[in-house]
Amino acid sequence: MVALSTRQKLEILADAAKYDASCASSGTSKRDSRGGKGIGSTEGMGICHAYAPDGRCISLLKILLTNSCIFDCHYCINRRSSDVRRARFTVQEVVDLTLSFYRRNYIEGLFLSSGIIASSDYTMEQMVSVARSLREEHDFRGYIHLKTIPDADPELSHQAGLFADRLSINVELPTQAGLERLAPEKDGGRIEGAMAGMRSAMEDMGEARRKYRHAPRFAPAGQSTQMIVGADDASDSAIITRASSLYDRHRLRRVYYSAFSPIPSPSAVLPLKRPPLLREHRLYQSDWMMRFYGYGADEVASATDPVTGCLPLDIDPKLAWALRHRGIFPVDVNCAPREMLLRVPGLGVKAVNRILASRRHRRLRLDDVARLTTSIKKLRPFLIASDWRPVQLADQADLRRQMTPVPAQLDLFS
Amino acid sequence: MYRASLAAPDDFDGWRAAARGLALAGVDPADIVWQVGDDGGDLFASDAPAPVAAQAAFAVPRAFVDLAQSAILHCDPQRFALLYALLVQLRDRPGTMEDKADPLLRRIEGLAKAVRRDIHKMRAFVRFRALEDGDGTRFVAWFEPEQHIVRANAAFFVRRFATMRWSILTPEASIHWDGETLTQGPGAARDDAPGDDPVEEIWKGYYAAIFNPARLKVGAMLSEMPKKYWRNLPEATLIPALVAGAQAREAAMIATAPAPAKRPGNAMAAWTALREEARGCTRCPLHGPATQTVFGEGPVDAPLFFIGEQPGDQEDMAGRPFVGPAGQLFDAALAEAGVDRARAYVTNAVKHFKYEPRGKRRIHQTPQAGEVQACRWWLEQELALVRPRVIVALGATAARALLGKVVAIGKVRGSAIPLADGAEAWVTVHPSYLLRLPDATKAGEERARFVAELRVVGERVRGLG
Repeated sequence: MVALSTRQKLEILADAAKYDASCASSGTSKRDSRGGKGIGSTEGMGICHAYAPDGRCISLLKILLTNSCIFDCHYCINRRSSDVRRARFTVQEVVDLTLSFYRRNYIEGLFLSSGIIASSDYTMEQMVSVARSLREEHDFRGYIHLKTIPDADPELSHQAGLFADRLSINVELPTQAGLERLAPEKDGGRIEGAMAGMRSAMEDMGEARRKYRHAPRFAPAGQSTQMIVGADDASDSAIITRASSLYDRHRLRRVYYSAFSPIPSPSAVLPLKRPPLLREHRLYQSDWMMRFYGYGADEVASATDPVTGCLPLDIDPKLAWALRHRGIFPVDVNCAPREMLLRVPGLGVKAVNRILASRRHRRLRLDDVARLTTSIKKLRPFLIASDWRPVQLADQADLRRQMTPVPAQLDLFS
Repeated sequence: MYRASLAAPDDFDGWRAAARGLALAGVDPADIVWQVGDDGGDLFASDAPAPVAAQAAFAVPRAFVDLAQSAILHCDPQRFALLYALLVQLRDRPGTMEDKADPLLRRIEGLAKAVRRDIHKMRAFVRFRALEDGDGTRFVAWFEPEQHIVRANAAFFVRRFATMRWSILTPEASIHWDGETLTQGPGAARDDAPGDDPVEEIWKGYYAAIFNPARLKVGAMLSEMPKKYWRNLPEATLIPALVAGAQAREAAMIATAPAPAKRPGNAMAAWTALREEARGCTRCPLHGPATQTVFGEGPVDAPLFFIGEQPGDQEDMAGRPFVGPAGQLFDAALAEAGVDRARAYVTNAVKHFKYEPRGKRRIHQTPQAGEVQACRWWLEQELALVRPRVIVALGATAARALLGKVVAIGKVRGSAIPLADGAEAWVTVHPSYLLRLPDATKAGEERARFVAELRVVGERVRGLG
C-alpha cells in the first residue's frame, strides 16, 4: 500500500460524494473579500462553474472528509460492508484544495460531508475544524455547506452553523419503514430532532441579529435535506406529503430528490435498476408547484394516479392537475387573479408577472400572451384572451392524448 | 441625418448624453446614425452635431435606465437605435415600461437578458492560471465574451478576489487588478495568457469523479454549458470520453451481482489501521534489533493466503515479505504453478527478523515458540480480515502458527486440513528449505514437488470459486 496522493484521494472522495444532489450556493448573506485578508464573495445568486455530462451543475467542491463509515446503509456506496476503496483527507488538505480551486475560479466554495469514523462527535469536530480554518485562519468569504451528523453534540452543530452558510441533514428515505429497512443505524426521530434544533437555532440567532447588529450569523442560507427516490416502494404522493411536512415544520429551504442510482458493489437488498430519471424531475416540478405556485401538498397529490400514487411521467404534474380539474378552466387572462393564472399549464411565475403588469395597459390578445411566455401551445385550451375562447377543447375526452408529447424513438440502451 | 458618436461599444454615458439632446430636440429615431469610435460611419449622415435643446433634462423611469445600462452592452449594432426609439416612445406613453407585451420593449428586454446571461457565464467560466513573477503569484485568465461586458463585470472579480493580483484578458479589452486599483488595457490574444497550471489536472480529476455515469443527461449540460465555451474550459476536454464511457460503466455496475458482504466492516481501512498498529509492536523482544515490522501484503479480499516463517535480511530492509532469495524462488514456483501472487495475500508467522550478527552479516535464526505465539496476535487479525478460503503454511513455523500445534511437514503435506471457519489449510515446505539442499538432484525433485503442491492449491482456489 502506497500513500495516496491528494489527487487520488480527491478522486475517491469526490466519487463518494456525488450521490448527494445538492450543489446550491445561493440564498446566503451578501458579502465580499474587500477589506479582508482572504478571498471570496457571495451575492445571493449562486454560480454554476461547470456542468458534468450528467446535467448537474458543479458549483461547490463537493467531497467527503473520509469515505470510511461505521454505518451500513444499503443504498450508500460508502457503507461499511462495501468493497469501495477508502481514503481520508486531513483538515489541512481540504482547506488547501478549497482555496486553490477557489483562486482559479473553479468553485463557489465547499460542500463537506463525511462518513462516520470513530464517533459522530469526532467526525463532526473534524468537519467543523475545516470550516473554522477556512473562515478564521484564511478569512475565506465564499460559500460553505456542511452536512451535519444528527447524533453529534448540539454544541458542535451550533459551531458548524456559525461558520457555514448552509447546514443539511439527509432524511434519506421518505418513510420510516424504508429507513428502518435500508438504513438500520439511522433513526428518523433523531434526524428530525436535529432539524428542529437547527431551525430553532436559526430563529434565535435571527432574533438576536434584529436586536444587535453584530450578533453572529447562523447558517444564513438555511437548511436543506435530501430524499432518495426509488430505493424503497414509497409512492410519489407519500414523498410529496413528506416533503411538504418537512418544509412546514423545519422551515427547509430545499428538499432534494435523488433518484437512486446503481452503485458499484451494490447491496442485495436494493433494486438493481434505477427508477426513471424523469420521476425525479416530476418530483422537482411538484416541489416547485408547492413552493412557487401556491398548490397545497394534497392538491399536488391529487394529480397522482389513484392506484399507484405516482405522478404521470408523460406529462408534467401541473398539466395533470389541470386535466383532473377541468371545471375551473378556461381562465380569462385579462381578469383572472394571480392565483388562477399560476395554475394555467404553460404559464410560469415570470410570465404571470408580465401578464399582470401589461394588462393594466392593454387588453391581451393571444398574440400578446405569446410574446410574454415561451409557448402557447400548451396553454391554449385553458385560457381566454380578448380574441380567443377555447369553446370545446377543455371538454374533449382525448385532451390528455393531444397534450401528451409524441414519444421519441425508444432508446435501445435504456 | 444626424451622427451620434460614442466612445466605446459599452459607452452608456455617451449614449445617454446624446440621446437626451436628440430626444429633447424631437429628432426622429429614423434620422440618427449611431456610431462607435470612428468606424467608417455612414456616407449619408451629416456631420452636423446633434441639435442642442432648450430644455435641460427630462425624467425617465428608473426601470428604463437599468434596462438600457444592460442592453447597451449587447453586440447587436441596432441596440443604440432601439433604445432611442424606446426613449421616444416613453415620452408619449410613460407606461410603456410596464407594458410587457409591447414588441419594442420585449425586444430590448431580450437583449438585456442575453447580456445578463453572458455576464453570468463569464463569472462562471473564467479560469485563472497561476503565474509566478517577481512579486509572487499572479492569476491570469483568457476569456472570450460574446457581448461587451468585460468592464461591466470587472467589479465582480474585484469583490471576489480583492486580495489576489489578477488579469482577465479578452480580445476586446483586458482588465488588471493589483490588489488596490483596477486598470484597463487593450485587447489581447490567447497566447498572452499562461498555457498551463498544474492544479488543472487535479480539477479535471475532480470533474471526472463527480460525474455520475448512471445519469447521463448531455442535453441538460449543453444547454447550460454550450460548446462555444468549451475551448477555454480545461475540464471540457474530458467530456467526450466521459459520455462515451458512461453507458458501459453503468452496464458494468448493474452486471456486478450483489454479493453478500464477505468480510465484516470496512476491511481496507481496518487492515491499514492494523498495519499501522503493528509498526509499533513490542509484543516480543525481536523488535529491538530488527529494522522494522514486515507486515503482510496483498488484496484484503484475497481467496488465497500464504504464511511464511519470518522476514529475512532483505525483507527486513525492504519492509516487504518474500522479496529476498527465498522470495524469488517462491515467485518463480508460483509462476510455474500458474498462481498469481498479485491475487494472493502473503505474510509471515513472525513479523520481525530474528538474527545473530556475525561479522558484517546477519545470520537467520529460527524463532522460538514464545515469539511465534506473541506474533499470532497479528496473524489471527490478518486472517480475520482477509477471510481466505485456502491458507498455505510454508514450513514448520508457519504450520505451528496456523494450527496452534507442532506438526511434521512430511506427514501432513499434500492434503487439505479443514479449519473451524470453513477454510482449508495446506502445509508444505518453506522455499528457503529448497535453497539449502546441497544435492542438486534432490533439490530439483523437491522443487518440482513444491511446484506441484502449489498447482494443486491454485486449482483448489479456482474450484472453490
